[in-house]
Amino acid sequence: MSTEMLTYLFIGASFALYIGIAIWSRAGSTGEYYVAGKGVHPVANGMATGADWMSAASFISMAGIISFIGRDGAVYLMGWTGGYVLLAMCLAPYLRKFGKFTVPDFVGERYYSQTARVVAVICVIFISFTYVAGQMRGVGIVFSRYLEVDITMGVLIGMGIVFFYAVLGGMKGITYTQVAQYCVMIFAFMVPAIFISMMITGNPIPQLGFGSEVTGTGQSVLEKLNGLSAELGFKQYTDGSKSTIDVFFITMALMVGTAGLPHVIVRFFTTPTVRDARKSAGYALLFIAILYTTAPAVASFARINLLNTVSESSYKELPEWFANWENSGLIAWIDKNEDGKIQYTDGHPMEGKPQFTSERGDSGERLVSNNPTAGENELYVDRDIMVLANPEIAQLPGWVIALIAAGGLAAALSTAAGLLLVISTSVSHDLLKQNLMPNISDKQELLAARIAAGVAIVIAGLFGIYPPAFVAQVVAFAFGLAAASFFPAILMGIFYKRMNREGAISGMVSGLVFTFAYIVYFKFINPAANTADNWWFGVSPEGIGTLGMLINFSVSMVVCHLTAAPPKHIQTLVEDIRVPRGTPSSEPAVEGNSPASNLG
Amino acid sequence: MAHPQDPKKAAAAAYWRENIRLLLTLLVIWFAVSFGAGILFVDFLDQFQMGGFPLGFWFAQQGSIYTFVILIFVYAWQMNRLDHKYNVYEEEDEA
Repeated sequence: MSTEMLTYLFIGASFALYIGIAIWSRAGSTGEYYVAGKGVHPVANGMATGADWMSAASFISMAGIISFIGRDGAVYLMGWTGGYVLLAMCLAPYLRKFGKFTVPDFVGERYYSQTARVVAVICVIFISFTYVAGQMRGVGIVFSRYLEVDITMGVLIGMGIVFFYAVLGGMKGITYTQVAQYCVMIFAFMVPAIFISMMITGNPIPQLGFGSEVTGTGQSVLEKLNGLSAELGFKQYTDGSKSTIDVFFITMALMVGTAGLPHVIVRFFTTPTVRDARKSAGYALLFIAILYTTAPAVASFARINLLNTVSESSYKELPEWFANWENSGLIAWIDKNEDGKIQYTDGHPMEGKPQFTSERGDSGERLVSNNPTAGENELYVDRDIMVLANPEIAQLPGWVIALIAAGGLAAALSTAAGLLLVISTSVSHDLLKQNLMPNISDKQELLAARIAAGVAIVIAGLFGIYPPAFVAQVVAFAFGLAAASFFPAILMGIFYKRMNREGAISGMVSGLVFTFAYIVYFKFINPAANTADNWWFGVSPEGIGTLGMLINFSVSMVVCHLTAAPPKHIQTLVEDIRVPRGTPSSEPAVEGNSPASNLG
Repeated sequence: MAHPQDPKKAAAAAYWRENIRLLLTLLVIWFAVSFGAGILFVDFLDQFQMGGFPLGFWFAQQGSIYTFVILIFVYAWQMNRLDHKYNVYEEEDEA
């Protein structure tokens, strides 16, 4: 069977599975629609959280980014996993005990203020749309790259699938679909990783292969990589190029941002008990860690493979995958010294991204209309290729390639669905039920949620088909804003009883405005000034959320001590969410007859 | 013991104190492996080798993630113990 047939087969089978699950688990009430009736087993919730969290970027792009930036790639590895420690210990169990549906619910009630709730709703919607646009684009790209379908058609198919199970099933449908999507995604990521690890080091476990010797050289993977890099004029793979303070701030912003992302937090509202919420965070990180510890290994193997294969090779003698990916526009070569061989070294080969012409050069390569740069590097390589082309570079069978396509789609769809649900919940629950139309019935609220989800899917799809130029630029927003707004407000809401409405709102607003202004200035108003010399304390826009968070904490603390303490019932609420059940007592437990129930 | 509320309050305070102590202990480890070993002292640690890795690089790209997973499970396990001790453990049928 041809690779294309296999790809259709795999994608078709996985879609049929998702639809089947959606029909089986459709939601009948708002409780089921918003939080899956709070009946999700911690392991299942862990898998669903993993799929929800790991987007097209984690699956397709992350290993490639690390491959090109070496040690600095650790900001993503640590940043996107370390947040779960904060989530598990500082937020998840308490929010589960609070027991409502959404993050704005908590902010609004804990700070006894509709203003706080509305600020939270706006943040949720902004953060989620920023994120979801990239996912729909990812769906379109996977379709167009592996099948002869154009991006618009690909996005439409993706929209149809998500529409079906998000609108019908709500959180319940999404959760069980995500469990399936996690399995598809992790299998698709691990199979080529294991093959390529065996090929390069002889060790089938990529995490161990990462530290092993490259077969037949007596050098470890990283020594080999440093050696090759030095030979070709790249910086050492195990050295960083970002300043320590910037790495520190970016990592912190990503960690705190992760813990503050509404679509991640809401997953912990779905477990039956507080202790399941804690355990579930552990499982979620375990499932995420499988991919996140494999990705840096894949990054290094793929790098060795690429350098070994292309450097100083004659274009005509390169393996077939090179021409294939050149045809999809992810590789471009300019033969600057006209020797017919590829010189690959540090620096950009041309100005901007390659614009291909219809002509071919002397060696048969696709010509580009870009101006070449003065540097010696002749090769443009898109970082996504490190995962997408891996199976071909490692000469794996066609079904593995088909698997990557299904895995990439699973990653993009699962994240998109989680985000769309958060958006629809914000509209139907936080805006309508809690604000504008408090008298609507459960059935009407459910209908509103479904309509909101449908509208959100259409908007997300439009973003996917006509991507605004700023999509890639604004991902820093999502994390920065979550770090500077939600995380401090929720944390203090739980751990600092004295924190009041005035403190929380002024903190959120000042954190938001500062972070927003800094990112907008360096990314949009004056991109030319976006260099380390102009950054405050040497912190890039990616890491500025950390500073925003500190500002939020400071402002909240000052303001809350200048204004009145929160009312008594709020203090009781805080005491209540700190405990899983009843009130603590030092008496030994009496079986089947707890002191709390005696109190009535 | 003048008021029946007092021992309850004391127990609630003690439960919370133990919770915070556990939390801070684990967060110190969280900070040490990631921001400490993986970022601030990465160059210093890189002079040592562990397996085929410079030690700082290993913490930054592998070790910190393994530690995070262990930390959460230790937290869940210790909190369950604490819940039992203070009689606030959730019964199965309450779910």
